[in-house]
Amino acid sequence: MIAALFFYLFASVAIASAVMVISSRNPVHSVLFLILCFFNAAGLFILLGAEFLAMILVVVYVGAVAVLFLFVVMMLDVDFVELRQGMLNYLPFGGTIGLIVLLELALVLTSWAIAPESITNAASPSTSGVSNTEALGQILYTKYVYYFQAAGLVLLVAMIGAIVLTLRHKQGVKRQDVSTQVARNPATAIEIRKVEPGQGV
Amino acid sequence: MNEMMLLVGLIVLQSVALLTALLIVVAFLIYADRKVWAAVQMRRGPNVVGPWGLLQSFADLLKFVFKEVIIPDGANKGVFVLAPIVTAALALAAWAVVPVAEGWQVANINVGILYLFALSSLGVYGIIMGGWASNSKYPFLSALRSAAQMVSYEVSIGFVIITVLLCAGSLNLTEIVLTQKTGLGTMLGLPNSILDWYFIPLFPMFIVFFISALAETNRPPFDLVEAESELVAGFMVEYSSTPYLLFMLGEYVAITLMCAMTTILFLGGWLPIIDVAPLNWIPGVFWFMGKLFFVFFMFAMVKAIVPRYRYDQLMRLGWKVFLPLSLGWVVITSAALVTFGWLP
Repeated sequence: MIAALFFYLFASVAIASAVMVISSRNPVHSVLFLILCFFNAAGLFILLGAEFLAMILVVVYVGAVAVLFLFVVMMLDVDFVELRQGMLNYLPFGGTIGLIVLLELALVLTSWAIAPESITNAASPSTSGVSNTEALGQILYTKYVYYFQAAGLVLLVAMIGAIVLTLRHKQGVKRQDVSTQVARNPATAIEIRKVEPGQGV
Repeated sequence: MNEMMLLVGLIVLQSVALLTALLIVVAFLIYADRKVWAAVQMRRGPNVVGPWGLLQSFADLLKFVFKEVIIPDGANKGVFVLAPIVTAALALAAWAVVPVAEGWQVANINVGILYLFALSSLGVYGIIMGGWASNSKYPFLSALRSAAQMVSYEVSIGFVIITVLLCAGSLNLTEIVLTQKTGLGTMLGLPNSILDWYFIPLFPMFIVFFISALAETNRPPFDLVEAESELVAGFMVEYSSTPYLLFMLGEYVAITLMCAMTTILFLGGWLPIIDVAPLNWIPGVFWFMGKLFFVFFMFAMVKAIVPRYRYDQLMRLGWKVFLPLSLGWVVITSAALVTFGWLP
């Protein structure tokens, strides 16, 4: 009964905060509601017995991604009134994307009924006797190891791409080189000059 | 139904007991921190309230609580009030999984270490929210700095945790401690002792974790959040009274949590220094507390001795020194474990 109670709590707060994400006027509030939504999703994962996924969701999405979101939203001066004015222009495009996502979700959810063999053929971790983390690891690093590596490679390329795109070497900036600083000694750093009075160096 | 109520009641009682003990310990740790700092600088430190100033933290508490809460006019009120609550609540919530002795924890969950890591990485929200909601330049700058700092050092903390996990073979905090019963010392034929703890085989990671913990909790020498010479008092400038108290409380509870994490991951948790007659009569909780106080003493000494880092040096240390070092150590550890067949 407690599990059901918590399910309704997490689910209702998640939906309410998801609505608040798109309806609140202040963009920073939107991001904060998004974080609340992530938290409730993590709570739902725990109720499903997927504690590893729940913690990873909190670490990755709440602990890192949402921080960067918040960072960007705070720095940018987003004027939502101005954004809303162009909403009608984008409505067909956004609506199409929404419709496609909805159809995909419906396909996934109804696949139990229309193609039951697709569910039974998919590899699922054996949860008997091992913890959640171990079960996930066993299936991820055996059956799906190539997909896993490929996903890692894609992320690596994206990361390098982001660095290459944003890296700019400014001219005329003095950079600190710690090893040269440490390697300096009086012989290389100091020059003793005999200065004649009235002459200057 | 009745059994369930009993279970819920038991958990509530355990939580209250844990929080009470924790808050009292934190009050005295704040006192100890100030005393150590004073001793290094040849001052007396707090010595007026109570014998040797022992009740100073409680006097401070009363002072904060009875002051008026001031909310700046331009502040974003909801977020402004929420920020200190988030900081304190997250810091306290993390203690639910900390085993202070065998079986002495509120929740023995399978992914305990991930839970601790997740909650310690959420500490940044209190700071960002407080800095932004204050609607003032200095707090905002400080919040941005702090967010960048904490996110950077989390990365190396994560890798250090992974090396420990590789050696322990479990994400459960109790099991991480129990695997430290055997190790280098037992290979030499000694009884379970200090030589088995992870800080010896993983010594570089122990150092990296300690320094990253300082940076993660914004302790000196990495307290660029506060940097009073540049940013007045950092993200807390606009805060006063109880909200300020909650920030301070959250900060110190987070520091204590980092000390506890160091104890669990590297110093054998509640295990005695050597498992022989008089020493193993002492209950585990005292060993745990002793180690926690030792790590906290190191934190306090660092605060007293080391000058503040410059911001670019801090970032360099995090990304160019600690990240490659810890990443390399993950590879070395896993290679060693596979080669010698030590995998748990």
